[in-house]
Amino acid sequence: MTQIFAYIPFKNGAAEDVALEYPTAAKKIDEGASLTAVVTGSGADLDKVADEMTSIYSQVIKIDHADLAYPNAEVVRKALVNIIPTDAVFLTAHDTFGMDMAPGLSVKMDSAYAADMVDFEGIDGTTLKGVRQELGGAVNIHVTIDISSGAVMTVRPGSFAPVDGGSAGGSVVDKSGDAGDLSVKRKFLEVVEAEAGDVDITKSDVLVSIGRGIEDEDNIEIAQELAEAMNSVVSCSRPIVDAKWLEKSRQVGTSGQTVKPKVYMAMGISGSFQHMGGVKGNPFIVAVNKNPKAPIFQVADVGIVEDILDFIPELTEAVNDL
Amino acid sequence: MEILVCVKRVPDTAENEFELNSAGNDLDRDDLVYSVNEWDNYAVEEAIQIVDKVGGNVTVITVGDDESEEVLRREMAMGANSGILLCDDAFEGSDGKGIAGILKAEVEKGSYDLIMSGAQADEGAGQVGGMLAAMLDYPYASLVNKIEVQDGKITVGREIEGGNQEMNEIQLPCVLSIQTGINEPRYVGIRGIRKVAKVDIPVNGADDLGIDTASVGAAGAKTKRVDYFVPDMGDGAEMLEGSTDEIIEKLIEKLKAKGGL
Ligand SMILES: Cc1cc2nc3c(=O)[nH]c(=O)nc-3n(C[C@H](O)[C@H](O)[C@H](O)COP(=O)(O)OP(=O)(O)OC[C@H]3O[C@@H](n4cnc5c(N)ncnc54)[C@H](O)[C@@H]3O)c2cc1C
Repeated sequence: MTQIFAYIPFKNGAAEDVALEYPTAAKKIDEGASLTAVVTGSGADLDKVADEMTSIYSQVIKIDHADLAYPNAEVVRKALVNIIPTDAVFLTAHDTFGMDMAPGLSVKMDSAYAADMVDFEGIDGTTLKGVRQELGGAVNIHVTIDISSGAVMTVRPGSFAPVDGGSAGGSVVDKSGDAGDLSVKRKFLEVVEAEAGDVDITKSDVLVSIGRGIEDEDNIEIAQELAEAMNSVVSCSRPIVDAKWLEKSRQVGTSGQTVKPKVYMAMGISGSFQHMGGVKGNPFIVAVNKNPKAPIFQVADVGIVEDILDFIPELTEAVNDL
Repeated sequence: MEILVCVKRVPDTAENEFELNSAGNDLDRDDLVYSVNEWDNYAVEEAIQIVDKVGGNVTVITVGDDESEEVLRREMAMGANSGILLCDDAFEGSDGKGIAGILKAEVEKGSYDLIMSGAQADEGAGQVGGMLAAMLDYPYASLVNKIEVQDGKITVGREIEGGNQEMNEIQLPCVLSIQTGINEPRYVGIRGIRKVAKVDIPVNGADDLGIDTASVGAAGAKTKRVDYFVPDMGDGAEMLEGSTDEIIEKLIEKLKAKGGL
């Protein structure tokens, strides 16, 4: 029987949504697998999350240690190596913690590694079939993972349907004593909060959002004019911030702002999951992109295949003429 | 400080419209435009800036085929001092661990204080840096967007959710994966590339590295890429068609209905 362990990330005593998504992923890996939640941390927050998990998971392992109070991936990895059976399947979210911790864990456990899984298609013997994306979401690919000596996998948050939870009636097993030596060569210092910017894009009902398709800093003006005409503000994807054309506070996505507008105008944005991860509340999404195959068209409500450098000024004019 | 930066030649997501081949199981690779992985340019730029401050050398390395040499030269034109190409038929089909194992063999022949990679490349896995660190028993930090060097140790900022920054002190030698935006990679012109066109780039294969070929390549891969496919898109977007004027008219109606105007 496949043994699956799922790492529960949490913040301020509340588990991330992915905690409800692992059970679906686990079923898709192997219907008959056992599933155990693993929670690491320290003190009251940890206990709260571990207890909460007993309503979703029949077994919950908790590891309590002062050095785990902040989830320093180097420390967590050391603890996990001593606690997770080496032939097990270990799942963690493909977030900034999972990306930090999981590749090294697969080396230490001498098991297979697969990152950012968006779907699983079952197991045949010890060969697991799954789905990933490549090239920023432009293409999908099937992969096979030989789990005969275990596997570490990260799963994309939001890709597996959340379960209802509430009825698992599980129990917490305290394995803190098995964590072993947790000394590491990387010390967590502090978290520096992102700076607030000149505009608060989270407050706008309409966002004119630009991506790499805007091509040049000077072209940002046309987006600003459209935003003005629509009584909205300009937001953007990450490359625009990386190029220092707009402030970080205007970036939408997992490493930027989470926005919940009514209307989201994605102009020259390909639609990577890190970008779309910041677009919440099911807005009406308009995508304008010159590539008819751009992945953004899979998630948008309305799609337009045009060059934004021509299209935006024309739209602005039409709106101003209303 | 001796710095090694791992780079990769990848299909350029900004320059290509990806399509499947006629068999529908792989990318149509004719006419694909390749370039150096976006994240790697930031890593090389950061390495050059560190060496400019504290002295030392930047070496760029890649596991790839003959054509991968061009990305090494590009990064050398940026200012990396030397390049190493790890190339062998036996390396083909390697999974992340295979690649990390090949890099490890080369790392152990040298003496590097700091090893960097891009945070991720074309496969979007972000795996090689973390694996290499674990194989070498070096500390690792991913998604690094700030580096400050002091004696024997460095302070790094990691970009975490919401654009917050997690500060860490990490001991050398270590492995860091670099996030975009950490710096502004310098521009490389044709002249710069010409200048390094003749610099010798050593090519090392499995024998030179003492690698057991059964542990790398398709033979050693536990995770195998099978086939590309077009997902069932569900409903997808309603595509507005017609002349630009017609499209704008339809769009404005929809925006009015949805509270956009
Ligand atoms: C850990 C991590 C966190 C990340 N966090 C974020 C985040 O918070 N936010 C974010 O946005 N990204 C984030 N990214 C980056 C993300 O993976 C993508 O690289 C990024 O979203 C791509 O931005 P883009 O769509 O603007 O650019 P691209 O993917 O390059 O897409 C540009 C699009 O514009 C189209 N285009 C080009 N020219 C024109 C034109 N003239 N007219 C019309 N269309 C045109 C192209 O067809 C293409 O579809 C993160 C990545 C990592 C690894």
